[in-house]
Amino acid sequence: MARITFAQAFADAVYLSFSNDPNVLLIWGSFFGLSQYRSLSDRFRKEFPDRVAFTPTSELGNCGIAIGAAIAGARPIVPVGAASFIFRAWDQIQHEAAVARYMSNGMIKAPVVFHMLHGIRGGGGPQHSQSPQAMLWNCPGLELVMPSTPYDVKGLFRAAIQSDNPTAFLVHPKLLDVEGEVPDEDYAIPLGKADIKRDGKDVSLVATSLQVHTAMAAAADLQAMGVSAEVLDLRTLRPLDRDALAATARKTGRVVAIDDCPPHCSTASEIAAIVSEECFRELKAPVERVTRMDAPIPFSPLLEDYVSPTVDKVVAAAQRALAYPKSAGD
Amino acid sequence: MDKGISRPYALEALEGLLLIRRFEEALFQLWKDGKFLGHYHLYIGQEATGVGAIQALKPADMIFTTHRNHGHLLARGTDPEPMMAEILGRETGLLGGRGGTFHLADPAHNIPHTSGLVGGCIPLAAGAAHRFKSCGEDRVSVVFFGDGAMEEGVTFEAFNIASLWRLPIIFVCENNDPTAQGRPANDRIPGAIAATHLDQIPKSLSMTTQVVDGADLAAMRAAVMAARKACIAGEGPVFIEAVTKGWPGSATQWPDLSKTGRTDLGMAWGAKPIPDSYRTWFEDEDPVLRFCREQVAAGQLDGETISAHDARITQRIAAAVERALAAALPSGARALDHVLAEVR
Repeated sequence: MARITFAQAFADAVYLSFSNDPNVLLIWGSFFGLSQYRSLSDRFRKEFPDRVAFTPTSELGNCGIAIGAAIAGARPIVPVGAASFIFRAWDQIQHEAAVARYMSNGMIKAPVVFHMLHGIRGGGGPQHSQSPQAMLWNCPGLELVMPSTPYDVKGLFRAAIQSDNPTAFLVHPKLLDVEGEVPDEDYAIPLGKADIKRDGKDVSLVATSLQVHTAMAAAADLQAMGVSAEVLDLRTLRPLDRDALAATARKTGRVVAIDDCPPHCSTASEIAAIVSEECFRELKAPVERVTRMDAPIPFSPLLEDYVSPTVDKVVAAAQRALAYPKSAGD
Repeated sequence: MDKGISRPYALEALEGLLLIRRFEEALFQLWKDGKFLGHYHLYIGQEATGVGAIQALKPADMIFTTHRNHGHLLARGTDPEPMMAEILGRETGLLGGRGGTFHLADPAHNIPHTSGLVGGCIPLAAGAAHRFKSCGEDRVSVVFFGDGAMEEGVTFEAFNIASLWRLPIIFVCENNDPTAQGRPANDRIPGAIAATHLDQIPKSLSMTTQVVDGADLAAMRAAVMAARKACIAGEGPVFIEAVTKGWPGSATQWPDLSKTGRTDLGMAWGAKPIPDSYRTWFEDEDPVLRFCREQVAAGQLDGETISAHDARITQRIAAAVERALAAALPSGARALDHVLAEVR
């Protein structure tokens, strides 16, 4: 067990995947963007030169190449860089990868890991800040993994690369610096197992990826106000741990869903719908959503902060839920 | 007249050509009788392209194809019955009724996945070639696509990567209708592609290219054989443009067999007169009649042999249709099978 960064834990997981399985291929791209961690990828290139291919700037072509290689027996990883670029590859992911197994009646598989750096990153502006998880959640046949901690990124990546399904693996660039305890040995965290990151009884904050940290900070603020908040990290959206979601909703009766997608059909919207369908009688307040506002992401910091999900917005949403029904119909 | 096809290959080719022609004719009838939903595409007029190309491949080579895929599977040896059942949406279909005519695929014959989206399989085939090359396997990947795929962006990306990485892949562009929509024969294609010739595009990416008469089976076979050899030698990729005349019954929306009718092979050796309507098609363009005519003229096959093969194949297709029609539709709940693989 060592205390390492999220970026290091992620690089270790990729390295382990190369070492353990000769079928792992890298369709070259940027795991760590332009961050200080980008040199962590050098090791794959040096030690597995035959399995690392350098690509042109061709998101659609690169993803298609990875899917075809997977159909022919490989387990490719294709880092597309900023998740904003995944839209350029959408056709191959939605129409080929996500349906390949289904359409073949289970005879073939396309186990690609599509890695991308999603979310509001600070200065990314309208074209480098996208969070496509809600749209990816709308692709049946595609697994969707959104780790929040160094421990989770290692174990979830190891599960994703071994899965026979295509997987979208979304990492928030602001998580790369986060430190945590990570076992030295190999381990996989089963996909579809949510994790309670903080135990509480008054209100449940449900999130993935970076927003788990927003939720944790909000929970600390709420604690100071005498409110006990539970933080549920869903970890993966497909498969979804519906049992864990329903359990926390039933336990506290109040749910705040946090997401950095825009509000309409966001992941927060789907979480709200599921909780309402499954736990309506146990709820003490309507499910609150904290999402990015319905606007493109602006460049300048105050503008960016204004439209982002923030700790203060989560605290306010939790307080609204706690005040219900007192505030209703005033 | 022998273009390097020996009698065993000629008989094998005849089998493929007739299987495709009789399959597609039967399919038209099924559609006319309202036996299946959706629009569909027939391979009539292009049989020699697929049969010639696929004869040049090894069983381990991987094939990717398009919405116009029936001919490629039949040429590869796929049983027509589960193909027909798939098009009819039956439980016994190749894909359990999940794909239909657009997506016929046969992993057992190394045709793993068929995209119905224009150009959709081109990068996939390049990916398979990348896999073969990275494993050091002597296998090639072959992708068939129509001239319309040359208008798609994904095609450029895949061509560029395949050429940069020298992948063992053969791009077979089936230019199946150069005269349609006001396009002068393989010259300029107004409104679709600014290039004057389709092969300018791969040439600009340093790819080896060859333009072949797609109705000439032996020429197709020879071109793909040479391309395969180049790919295995690390000199890939190769782009082959197979030019065929459009079958008069071909249409953007619905194929129409009534124009040329069920093919009477006797026209190939003078046993049946050639009608005045669509005379050019019957005399020069129909690749099945052309192959039979050439084989008879060369003294390699005779009308009797061809007719005997035709009778057997016609019977085989009729039986396939009968069994496919008798098969059950999959029950609704089966729709949720295979969305995701089980956790290992």
